[in-house]
Amino acid sequence: MDPTRSKGAVLSIADLSIEYRTERGRLPVVRHATLDIDQQQSLGLVGESGSGKTTLAMGALRYLPENGRIVGGTVYLRGTDLASLSPAGLRHVWGDQVGIVYQNALGALNPSLTIGRQLREMGTLHLDLGKRDAYRLAREMLIKVAMPDPDTVLRRYPHQLSGGMLQRCVIAMALITEPSLLIMDEPTTALDVTTQAVVLDLVRELKREFQAAILYITHDLGVVARICDRIAVMYAGEIVETATTRELFKHPGHPYSLSLLGCMPHFDLAAEKRTLVTIPGSILSVDALPPGCIFAPRCRFAVGECEAAPPPLVEIGAGHSCACYRWQEVPPPEVDVREETRMIGTRGAGAAAGEVLLLADDVRVLLKASGRSLELRRQKARVHAVDGISALIRPGETLGLVGESGSGKTTFARAIVGLTRRSGGEVVLRGRRLERAVEKRPKDVVREIQMVFQNPDASLNPRHTVGEEIGRPLSLLRGVRGREREQLIGELLASVNLPRDFGSRYPGELSGGEKQRVAIARACAADPALILCDEPISSLDVSVQGTLMNLLMDRQAQAGISFLFISHDLSAVEHMSDSIAVMYLGRLMELGPTAEVMRPPFHPYTEALLSALPVPDIDVVQGEIRLGGTVPSATEVPTGCRFHTRCPRCLGELCVRQEPPWQAVGPSHWIYCHISAAELTAVQVSILDGRLGLDNKAASR
Amino acid sequence: MTELAVERQAAPPEVRGVRLYWRRLRHRPVALVATIIFSIFLLLAVLGPWVTPYSPTYQNYEARLESPSLSHFFGTDRFGRDLFSRVLAGTRGVFVLCGLGAGMAFVVGTTAGLFSGYVGGFADEVIMRIFDVLLSVPSLLLAMVLIATVGPSKTNLVLVVGILYTPDVARVVRSVTLDLKTKEFVEAAKVRRETRRHILFREILPNALGPLMVEVAMRFSYAIFTVASLGFLGLGVQPPSPDWGLLINEAQPFVELAPWLVLFPAAAIALLVVSTSLMSDGLKEIGEPVRSGG
Repeated sequence: MDPTRSKGAVLSIADLSIEYRTERGRLPVVRHATLDIDQQQSLGLVGESGSGKTTLAMGALRYLPENGRIVGGTVYLRGTDLASLSPAGLRHVWGDQVGIVYQNALGALNPSLTIGRQLREMGTLHLDLGKRDAYRLAREMLIKVAMPDPDTVLRRYPHQLSGGMLQRCVIAMALITEPSLLIMDEPTTALDVTTQAVVLDLVRELKREFQAAILYITHDLGVVARICDRIAVMYAGEIVETATTRELFKHPGHPYSLSLLGCMPHFDLAAEKRTLVTIPGSILSVDALPPGCIFAPRCRFAVGECEAAPPPLVEIGAGHSCACYRWQEVPPPEVDVREETRMIGTRGAGAAAGEVLLLADDVRVLLKASGRSLELRRQKARVHAVDGISALIRPGETLGLVGESGSGKTTFARAIVGLTRRSGGEVVLRGRRLERAVEKRPKDVVREIQMVFQNPDASLNPRHTVGEEIGRPLSLLRGVRGREREQLIGELLASVNLPRDFGSRYPGELSGGEKQRVAIARACAADPALILCDEPISSLDVSVQGTLMNLLMDRQAQAGISFLFISHDLSAVEHMSDSIAVMYLGRLMELGPTAEVMRPPFHPYTEALLSALPVPDIDVVQGEIRLGGTVPSATEVPTGCRFHTRCPRCLGELCVRQEPPWQAVGPSHWIYCHISAAELTAVQVSILDGRLGLDNKAASR
Repeated sequence: MTELAVERQAAPPEVRGVRLYWRRLRHRPVALVATIIFSIFLLLAVLGPWVTPYSPTYQNYEARLESPSLSHFFGTDRFGRDLFSRVLAGTRGVFVLCGLGAGMAFVVGTTAGLFSGYVGGFADEVIMRIFDVLLSVPSLLLAMVLIATVGPSKTNLVLVVGILYTPDVARVVRSVTLDLKTKEFVEAAKVRRETRRHILFREILPNALGPLMVEVAMRFSYAIFTVASLGFLGLGVQPPSPDWGLLINEAQPFVELAPWLVLFPAAAIALLVVSTSLMSDGLKEIGEPVRSGG
């Protein structure tokens, strides 16, 4: 490969192929990847899990596990051919010229050394600085990554810092040698949205300040839209499209990119709900590659030609290349979304009649303080994880519950279903008061409320077949036995789009998405009126998330089931829900119909969540509000308004001393804030401003 | 609706059940050999009296203290009894005593461990502290005290072995239960109001079986030692039974004159104990749940 081609590029990867030797033979996990990143440029490497993103990034640096091998292609870092380097030379390059930020910041730091020591070692090892100079540099770096109180942080151990602060330390560590290339591998995936926003802002700042080229690996197009200049889309080991961020979002050339854009919820506040675009099938495994285009088996646009020979990566515009024969056929996303999705009437008949399915009245839950402090444990301190929550769910409707981790969302759901006993308040189902513990509730009540859990790997018993899992609620709660039971198991599997013969499989043989479908089928088997979905999609890939949301809405439309949909992802909650409850530190901050909650006036906390949300749309105008710190511990609930410590609109004395009132700002819309609705409306930005595509869509209906 | 299309390319049929375990076992030569040796012992225990060349109690005064030969593979003892026949005949006793003892520890320990771990709180404290007391006394000493109190019958030996190893089994089951009871499939069972018995024995126990089988097999091999030691001390099976411990005891005065009398029973004990524990190590890996690609 001609090195002059990559002149100016910091990292230039050409035609790189990587293999893993495994029991199943040689797996070509990365094939013919070509990428360039210029100075001060950030490139987002996007794709579903298993597409080979991390392998490509690490393999380019020749940093591979023992069974990995580069079988073709060249990599130049600042004009140096990495293949020509000795192992010692490579280590030198890794140390001096490359900074890496991993997803798990806690795992990337040594738990037994202070932050200061670890940062200092970077300076003494790679920059030949004396201890004192290295320490000074470490401190400077922490200031550059906007670390509050750097002197204290330097003396801390990793476990004493929050996730966001740790990630900042790791970023500081990666940048301390002023590397030419910074690789960030899903650095914000494990963080709360509010923290993620702060870290993303930081990355954007650093791009300006440092000379580094950034390779940003993520599955989240919303994140990419925020910080990346260019995007490379990867599928099953190949780069299928590279383009500038704007170009990719506006005119994607590859059907896979188009589907990725369509399967994420778009803020669309029309009263009718729509499905999401889905990608049929699952990512193919690299040991069984088709002769033609790798995406053809799942592609809506595929024709005979696609299955015959793999399409080459061709330039289809300035800086825009794409591996697809039919890129001209691929419509702009907003057209595609309109055509490929359908309206779905989930709103139950009972909703209009004002019926109430479930009423939670001033529900409180006391939990043992799980604090680190020995003091608290000795006192057997108890804290209100849920501190007086009232909400109602109508038949066939979805109530979305959103908030940062630690806000008590899950505890609230567990109190409703009776897994955790509430310490106060009432839960009323169709006029019947429910016992606190599920064991004491009569069978017909138990049948009515089911739950879908967050972790698909743990929610099915690994020793039971899928059929046993789904059949158990049938026989236990509905008394269905024998052939009828088998019949129903088949129907339930079909209702979650799984083939009937899955009944004899074990959970270990299923993918994450399939497991979660089985969990939904199991919840539906009881024929419940209400399903509590506790982050049911959070641990899954975006395309699978879309399919599952469609599935849940389909079940709702057909069986009239109500959902309590818990998520930290406001866009998913917005997409699924008829009403939204925003929760912070055990209390509701705002409650109302989805369309109203998503438009000003909103509670300052809702506002902060909305402006932190990574929206997969580049024209979106979002507020600049950022929340510092993390949710305070429930053992030290702030006085007055419990949000005042982090509230960007805090009024001072009033908010500190006095609990705010529940202001009614609409017929069924309340805000828990001192600031009047009119004042809030005046200062708040709607996330929907400037989204022309949506107005068009509304008009076309 | 596009997603109605079947979601998955036809997966290769997974090997399951016995065939899967056999396939996994084949790839672990040590465990395979250990299992074969263990199986031979087990077979001998079943066939016992029918395959011994002589009656284990037949005394031939013409052939006392003979060294190993073709007619007496392991030689003969001071009464002219064929040692090979006696060792073979002793196998059944070992399996019955230790098997029943370990079985008792399995049943009682599992139940106690499941209950203790799942319920927690005060009941857990009480049960586990009792077990701690049992564990704090050296096992052979405890066994001797118990046997000395109740007398050395076969039933008592089984009970003593059971009591001795129940705490170990219970601790293993309890720790697995503590981990499993917070799993979401257990929560899901609670949400449909399953009985505690169902949750313990149908949801948790099947997932604890892997470590549990390993533990029980380990305890079985320990029990062989304990029973042999008690036999050696004269507190186990009484003469003229061909118990391995007793055989060694009886051979004591002739160690210099007829060392094979000690050697062969000791070798039998060692071989069975080692093969049992190697087999149990293998069990741990073989018993893992089915995984795709595994």
